[in-house]
Amino acid sequence: MATAALPQERKNYLNAEHGLRSWLLTTDHKRIAVLYMISITVFFFVGALYALLIRLELLTPAGDLMQADSYNRVFTAHGVVMVFFFLIPVVPAVLGNFLVPIMVGAKDLAFPRINLLSWYLYMIGGLLVIHVVLTGGIDTGWTFYPPFSTQFSNSRVIEAGLAAFIAGFSSIFTGLNFIVTIHRMRAPGLTWTRLPLFIWAQYATSVIMILGTPVVAITLVLVILERALHLGIFDPKLGGDPLLFQHLFWFYSHPAVYIMILPSMGVISELISAFSRKRIFGYKFVALSSIAIAVIGFLVWAHHMFVAGMSVYAALIFSFLTFFVGVPSAIKVFNWTATMYKGSITFETPMLYAFGFLGLFTIGGLTGLFLATLGVDVHVTDTYFVVAHFHYVMVGGVVMGYLGGIHFWWPKITGRMYPEFWGKVAALVGFIGFNLTFFPQFILGYLGMPRRYYQYPPEFQVLNILSTAGATILGVGYLMPLVYLLWSLRYGEVASDNPWNAAGLEWKTTSPPPTFNFDETPVVDFEVYNYEDLKEIPVER
Amino acid sequence: MSDSPAATATHGLELRHHFATEGQQRDSATLGMWLFLVTEIMFFGGMFCAYLLYRTRHFNEFAAGSRSLDTWLGGVNTAVLLVSSWTMAMAVRSAQLGKRKLLCLFLVLTMIFGATFLGVKAVEYHAKFVEHHVPGPYFDFKQEVKAGETPLPINLHTMQMFFSVYFAMTGMHALHMVIGLGLMTYLLIKSARGAYSPKYYTPVEMAGLYWHFVDIVWIYLFPLLYLIDVHK
Amino acid sequence: MSNHDNSEHHVISVGFYSLIGITLLIFTGITYFAATVNLGQANIVVALAIATFKATLVVLFFMHVKYTSEKMTRATIVGALFFLMLLLALSMADFATRSWT
Repeated sequence: MATAALPQERKNYLNAEHGLRSWLLTTDHKRIAVLYMISITVFFFVGALYALLIRLELLTPAGDLMQADSYNRVFTAHGVVMVFFFLIPVVPAVLGNFLVPIMVGAKDLAFPRINLLSWYLYMIGGLLVIHVVLTGGIDTGWTFYPPFSTQFSNSRVIEAGLAAFIAGFSSIFTGLNFIVTIHRMRAPGLTWTRLPLFIWAQYATSVIMILGTPVVAITLVLVILERALHLGIFDPKLGGDPLLFQHLFWFYSHPAVYIMILPSMGVISELISAFSRKRIFGYKFVALSSIAIAVIGFLVWAHHMFVAGMSVYAALIFSFLTFFVGVPSAIKVFNWTATMYKGSITFETPMLYAFGFLGLFTIGGLTGLFLATLGVDVHVTDTYFVVAHFHYVMVGGVVMGYLGGIHFWWPKITGRMYPEFWGKVAALVGFIGFNLTFFPQFILGYLGMPRRYYQYPPEFQVLNILSTAGATILGVGYLMPLVYLLWSLRYGEVASDNPWNAAGLEWKTTSPPPTFNFDETPVVDFEVYNYEDLKEIPVER
Repeated sequence: MSDSPAATATHGLELRHHFATEGQQRDSATLGMWLFLVTEIMFFGGMFCAYLLYRTRHFNEFAAGSRSLDTWLGGVNTAVLLVSSWTMAMAVRSAQLGKRKLLCLFLVLTMIFGATFLGVKAVEYHAKFVEHHVPGPYFDFKQEVKAGETPLPINLHTMQMFFSVYFAMTGMHALHMVIGLGLMTYLLIKSARGAYSPKYYTPVEMAGLYWHFVDIVWIYLFPLLYLIDVHK
Repeated sequence: MSNHDNSEHHVISVGFYSLIGITLLIFTGITYFAATVNLGQANIVVALAIATFKATLVVLFFMHVKYTSEKMTRATIVGALFFLMLLLALSMADFATRSWT
């Protein structure tokens, strides 16, 4: 049933209109997703550049590549760009924007113009942050803690805070759009239990975006007001409490990490199902675990503050609650594994990324439990143990899921296949590079190497060199997809409507889809992941 | 309703192409607006958290600061805003009934009351400025003590905290009022041109939700900022 | 189920809106007078209770929540308030217990 017509011959969302204006003023969610994909990729490589500078400095124990103050600005730039301009938006704004309407059988998101506004807000915030970084950067860490950020830092804190604030609104509008779309625009027959797990994940993510982002927004506003107008909300001399900032900041920034990981987990559900050719085991558990992560994720924020001077009794409560948040994630991992049991597994590139996710996210998640344990946390907090933990979940988790999803849906988005051989090579190179970069950091942290320091005792050098070597390999693993994916746009094999013979509404429309997604509104009279209905035909590309 | 594509030119009926029915479109707009109000609740909520902490820790300073505010003006402003909520509700009602002139009238009245609120706020802020109650290098505070009272023990530095919270919260609220006035202006222009009818008045309704929310924030701000330790 | 049409076309009378408006003004006055009475710790509770009553009137009648059959509206409001309470309560759990030894 796959046609061999070239994408250029059929009308689809890519060739429906031409010219820069048709892209910059589009309200088509698919085009907006592509706009995000391009801009987010740029910001990713900006953040990666700063990571490279960090790893170069840390090749030697002495602080010899840059001054201490410069190093502060470098790791802050890395954090701010990666957190606010890559990790938070990447899966929702790229894959979510593209797929959510199609997966629910709608013609577009509920508010297409707000979707476009969301991208423009992202770009404005992004340009502000680039300006900050090019004019000296900030040295507060991406966490902006007062009183340093409000009273003592001699850097562009107000502008950086404003950039994050604006990017936050981009996030809020995306989440708002998704919730309304999923509630109000599902195709006839598409009940909640027939929704793909990617949609459940996006829904849970959107709830977090709506509830959490405004709190960090007001927090940044208060920092700006303190710096600009002397409204000393966090100033101890005026009776203020710097820990108030930390509570308000982490009330968002902890759930924010679930904004990062949940959509990626949604991708993994789709990948494992497709490449095991089996319905996800325990669908309802996986769906509800996304909601559970969203809710419980709001109860644990002060585990970032255990040694900051908070009450020990409150710390006990937050430590206890933090153990619970690992449970729904574990439920997902068990269900994904059970899905693969007696499945028809194949090892195309997306599945390689999914396997990588399973292993690396599990390690990252388990090390979170170490950090939840108060006694252990006292020793490893603010060391490279924490750095390794969050890179395992954010890079080994979020980025792997994103890359797996990009490869899986590349034919749908572009109408072309990526080169499978190079896809596999890049996935393996990335996996090796990742582990070589970050596993030594667990050891370094445990041995006591503090984070955010540009120098360290000489006995830590070997591990640091391994880490930097790994980072170089990881960088290659990221540059490779950039190259071959761009190459595939012109020279890649033309894709059929359903090159993976996968289940899901998105595979029932053309690759790439027409502007309004479907020629006729689909009627959903089949269950989700109905692989038993899909014939075992050879994968026809 | 049929699945017809956009009928933007039809008077009073604007069905966007990605919606199947006007009911779906209106319900989507309503849900979207409530979700936006959720973000506003959490946005102001952060400042309420700061208020809660500092009022508990520095009650005397908060009481003294509260007494230095003009309760009468605060009360008048509360009444003004409540009346403006009434006029806004009446505006939505007029749109529901297709009464264009009444709709415009009530929008204008809402704006007048809104502007009055901001005018009174300006008077209050000016008074604070003149009394040196604005936080910063020129801050000074002299507790007003009525005859027969003992003054509360207060710390001059901590006094700034009350006013920081006061200006942050009322300032953010005032900013939302200004945005609201902007929305009203837009609605007024569109209403005058007959853009709204009983079949399609969603923007009026949505702006109404926003306006009522801003009113609710003030309903809480009034007792929390102006009435902390009135009794004597 | 996607072709929702739950929006009410319920039109509230001028008289009823005015009744709500006057109630709100009356309770504003009550708020002031309650604040002049020394109730100790209960003063803040009374003030917030009255404010909540007023806010409820605005939400139910001016914002039409009483007249909508849409469950999501109520779920959204309740959800937001729940998470706001979480922020306040768990933060205060830290601040209030700092001085315990």
